[in-house]
Amino acid sequence: MRLRQGQFSFLPDLTDAQIHDQAQYAIDNGWAVSVEYTDDPHPRNTYWEMWGHPMFDNPDAAAVVFEINECRKEHGGKYIRVIAFDSSAGWESIRMSFIVNRPKDEPGFRVVRQEGEGRIIRYTVESYAVREPEGRRYA
Amino acid sequence: MLDQVKTVTDAKKRYSAGVMKYAQMGYWEPDYTPKDTDVIALFRITPQDGVDEVEAAAAVAGESSTATWTVVWTDRLTACEKYRAKAYRVDPVPNSPGEFFAYIAYDLDLFEPGSIANLTASIIGNVFGFKPLKALRLEDMRLPTAYVKTFQGPATGIVVERERLNCYGRPLLGATVKPKLGLSARNYGRVVYEALKGGLDFTKDDENINSQPFMHWRDRFLYCMEAVTRASAATGEVKGTYLNITAGTMEEMYARAEFAKSLGSVIVMIDLVIGYTAIQSMAKWARDNDMILHLHRAGHSTYTRQRSHGVSFRVIAKWMRLAGVDHLHAGTVVGKLEGDPATTKGYYDIFREEYNPMALENGIFFDQDWASLNKMMPVASGGIHAGQMHQLLTYLGEDVVLQFGGGTIGHPHGIEAGATANRVALEAMVYARNAGRDIWNEGPDILRDAAETCTPLKQALEIWKDVTFDYTSTDAPDFAPTPEVSF
Repeated sequence: MRLRQGQFSFLPDLTDAQIHDQAQYAIDNGWAVSVEYTDDPHPRNTYWEMWGHPMFDNPDAAAVVFEINECRKEHGGKYIRVIAFDSSAGWESIRMSFIVNRPKDEPGFRVVRQEGEGRIIRYTVESYAVREPEGRRYA
Repeated sequence: MLDQVKTVTDAKKRYSAGVMKYAQMGYWEPDYTPKDTDVIALFRITPQDGVDEVEAAAAVAGESSTATWTVVWTDRLTACEKYRAKAYRVDPVPNSPGEFFAYIAYDLDLFEPGSIANLTASIIGNVFGFKPLKALRLEDMRLPTAYVKTFQGPATGIVVERERLNCYGRPLLGATVKPKLGLSARNYGRVVYEALKGGLDFTKDDENINSQPFMHWRDRFLYCMEAVTRASAATGEVKGTYLNITAGTMEEMYARAEFAKSLGSVIVMIDLVIGYTAIQSMAKWARDNDMILHLHRAGHSTYTRQRSHGVSFRVIAKWMRLAGVDHLHAGTVVGKLEGDPATTKGYYDIFREEYNPMALENGIFFDQDWASLNKMMPVASGGIHAGQMHQLLTYLGEDVVLQFGGGTIGHPHGIEAGATANRVALEAMVYARNAGRDIWNEGPDILRDAAETCTPLKQALEIWKDVTFDYTSTDAPDFAPTPEVSF
């Protein structure tokens, strides 16, 4: 299974040079870029761990690539994504999001069905990885 | 010409029983400056032969506000000058003999707060059948902030929709399940599963899928949500399918909406033909229940398409942003349905911008402040395919749902392959644009390169390479960006 979240998950993994180009696009638009990682890739896991604060006032995407590689040293076996945040009025949310690092094996998700009355099924999607405690997943 | 016609101010003459020209009754006020709180309507009027355009404009103002065909003394029991709509400007339409643009201002107190039904009962009520006019078209409206603020606006809005879907920085992808009628629920869900697993964000019921003998609505909802959940697990993404809850009564629509919610759907769908009040009710329900509300504009072309008579789609778009839907179809420019680039840009701006400056070249006649009402997501659907991705991204931008129905399900290697082709084409094009490529000119190369590592895209580009829909539009703007010199 390949996690398809983010803008470019159907393309081959981005190289550092390609990550640089995309991060620079965000910076040139005035968006603050940040790096986040997780070992719980559930589609509704909003809050990945922050690798430092969003890089406000950073003019150069090289700094973003540097931080990604620092993050990889510590969390290379997890998912890492780049987020671009737009603070302008009327948006004040994320403009870009793309994955820059994946675990070697991506076991994916299972569907848990709870059958109810009248053929209703209550669904839960659960990552196989989260059966292990945090820090021991994808190891 | 009635340029010299003045309102009769002598009360005795004004209110003596009988018939009087509308322009003399107070409905033509060429010196009037609209107040910031006035609702302004711009009509295209085509008077009957021999009917003066100023009198026609005054008649439209009169018939869409307080007037009747004859003088009534009961006017004098009211502050009637305030309640009369005022035609204040009449311009000939460029290059269209016999047609005129009439600007009419309405006092805000003529309208009930928060009711599209009330607004439209005046503005497009009796007046459209008025005999002295050959044809009448509502081209645009200026909605004052004081009035905009009485409406809920889109239940979710573009920003929160993206947050809920965890999807940023690219257009969303969708497909309408085909054939639109006749599939059983079990087979229907198969199409949903394959398309979502292949890379689409949404699938969609068509406008006339409600609850028919071949597929009753509960069955459809149950199989579709199985498909949505399976596809979500297969990809790790939030997925949705627009479950059409359109039905014969509000009670039935609420029941279907509640059932969709109980199954975990993120989105429901209604058709424009349910009417303005029903739309506003469902928008309120959607806001109260964290549901994205998709509106299919079924039926709109009966009154939006012809230039001389009806209501422009840009006005419908404004009403729907007030009414509170999240998604609305707005044209593709390049696909099989009506829409030239300049006019379509005007629609998209109405959907997505905080503020619309006047832009005659896009058919926008007034500055319009949306007063922080949420933004609507435009939906581009009808005859589009992966090979047009560079054109679609250039024309329509990022905040749009691109719906490839035939362009997904018609793929020679199946629905999942069709979906993947579209998603890869989209991601490659967004990537290239961000990386500084000139996608308008290099688009075909970018797609060809992306197809090197994606066989489904290669197949899609091959099969649909010659498909274009190049017909003259019936509804183009009246003003060119640079006015041509005319003699």
